Amino acid sequence: MTFDAAMYQFLLRMGDNTLILGHRVSEWCGHAPVLEEDIALANTALDLIGQTQMWLGLAAEIEDKGQSADDLAFLRDAWDFRNLLLCEIPNEDFGRTLMRQFLFDTWHSIQLGHLTKSSDERVAAIAAKASKEAAYHLERSADTVVGLGDGTEESHNRMQAALDYLWPYVGEMFQSDDVDVVLAKAGVAPDPASLREEYDAVLLRVLSEATLTIPDSRFAHKGGRSGAMHTEHLGHLLTQMQWLQRAYPGCQW
Amino acid sequence: MYAQMIKSEATQDDPEQLAAFQARIDAGEKIEPKDWMPEGYRKTLIRQIGQHAHSEIVGQLPEGNWITRAPTLERKAILLAKVQDEAGHGLYLYGAAETLGVSRDELTEMLLDGRMKYSSIFNYPTLNWADIGAVGWLVDGAAIMNQVPLQRTSYGPYSRAMIRICKEESFHQRQGYDAIRRMAEGSDAQKKMAQDALNRLWYPSLMMFGPSDKDSVHSAQSMAWKIKMNTNDELRQKFVDQTVPQAEYLGLTVPDPDLKWNEARGHYDFTDPDWTEFYEVLKGNGPCNTDRLAARNKAWDEGAWVRDGLLAHARKRTARKMAAE
Repeated sequence: MTFDAAMYQFLLRMGDNTLILGHRVSEWCGHAPVLEEDIALANTALDLIGQTQMWLGLAAEIEDKGQSADDLAFLRDAWDFRNLLLCEIPNEDFGRTLMRQFLFDTWHSIQLGHLTKSSDERVAAIAAKASKEAAYHLERSADTVVGLGDGTEESHNRMQAALDYLWPYVGEMFQSDDVDVVLAKAGVAPDPASLREEYDAVLLRVLSEATLTIPDSRFAHKGGRSGAMHTEHLGHLLTQMQWLQRAYPGCQW
Repeated sequence: MYAQMIKSEATQDDPEQLAAFQARIDAGEKIEPKDWMPEGYRKTLIRQIGQHAHSEIVGQLPEGNWITRAPTLERKAILLAKVQDEAGHGLYLYGAAETLGVSRDELTEMLLDGRMKYSSIFNYPTLNWADIGAVGWLVDGAAIMNQVPLQRTSYGPYSRAMIRICKEESFHQRQGYDAIRRMAEGSDAQKKMAQDALNRLWYPSLMMFGPSDKDSVHSAQSMAWKIKMNTNDELRQKFVDQTVPQAEYLGLTVPDPDLKWNEARGHYDFTDPDWTEFYEVLKGNGPCNTDRLAARNKAWDEGAWVRDGLLAHARKRTARKMAAE
């Protein structure tokens, strides 16, 4: 695998994570349990979409086929998406939404922290901006997970159910492949497997405070970051997200 | 203008106190939460500020309807920022209303059970992407007509909320105009979307100012109290005069065959909206009333466990802290 090919895949992974998760979070608009959460969810989605513009913008530049970040977002089919499966899981209730956010934010903030020291200046510059946002997202999602985990019996049970459901989607974050080998060697990005220890430490601390039990299994669904097999949910998400660009091709919006 | 048909409360206070209060307002002083105020002033403001706050909240729904379908990343980001601002406006306005002795939860309950209203405009659907541009251009444009003068309203917390809101609203209007301009200059299909949006939203936007002055029975007291700064017809005329040249620039046709410039008046003559339709919408018979209120009730009911959980956690934390001290 050439370096540019690996870079392109890596940038799609970063940008598709934020695009797809940003889309999911934005589905809450106007429907949150309390006004402050409407604001916080819109703000999180906005940060994620802003990061998408940067990652996919750089991906398009490296691909060098005259495509834009919008072309990548709106004109690829599901098999070309490289987001973690976790990001495409439907919102279900507020508990699953916030647990998904916490599981992602923990990984994202660790990953971005490493990327600020990337040997690639463009990657480091995007990470410098995004890592501040991710740190704030993590602070908020962790606080909410603790509040709801250690809240009422109902909120506790819902959060435990959310964690149990989402847990098999966590392991994919730490699976390394050829792309990762090339980039780790070049000092562009850390080897995903190397982040697990730090991740588990944050999870253990927050989830213990939340009085939640981490499932005793390391089974992991995979196929999102490689594109080999997404969930059935992604196609529906893309159908909605890409509809205008697909129905009226070539327009300026 | 997100407050319509606000009924001024009759006031039965001591005439001397009332006269002194009116003198403060006439002198341009701001009334602050701890100052004496007539009961009617307080109640009218609660109704008006509450209705404005509710409009910001319900107004998330027609715009949120397009966030997941926005055609570019930039448009999606702009729309998210706008909707986030609007929820924030709701927050400051509820804060301003709370200074008058009513809680946000009480106001929310009154919205959810239909005792309080929100602006009629949000009972119309957003059916194509140009509607999002048109909402910024026309709906925020109409709102600004009323909100700019309200920055000078007599009630301090309301005036200060309005100053913050106006800064953001003018950005909203510009982005809306920019979005619809792009459509009007675009492909035939995009032009069709832009014209369709204007056709559907023109008259509902005119309705936002409320009924004609001759039918608006509550204005005089509110104007004396500087809770209402201009009459409905003045603002509607100003809106038409501002918007028609913009539509012409865009190459769009305002759906009013009798619209014409009146040289003698120095204003456009235009057709009034269908006031029967307006009153039907206020009664709950607009195209989206039932769905909008159902969506807000569902969000509130399904969110109960979240609010209860967070509250229970906050109490446990306080108790643990006290036990440790």
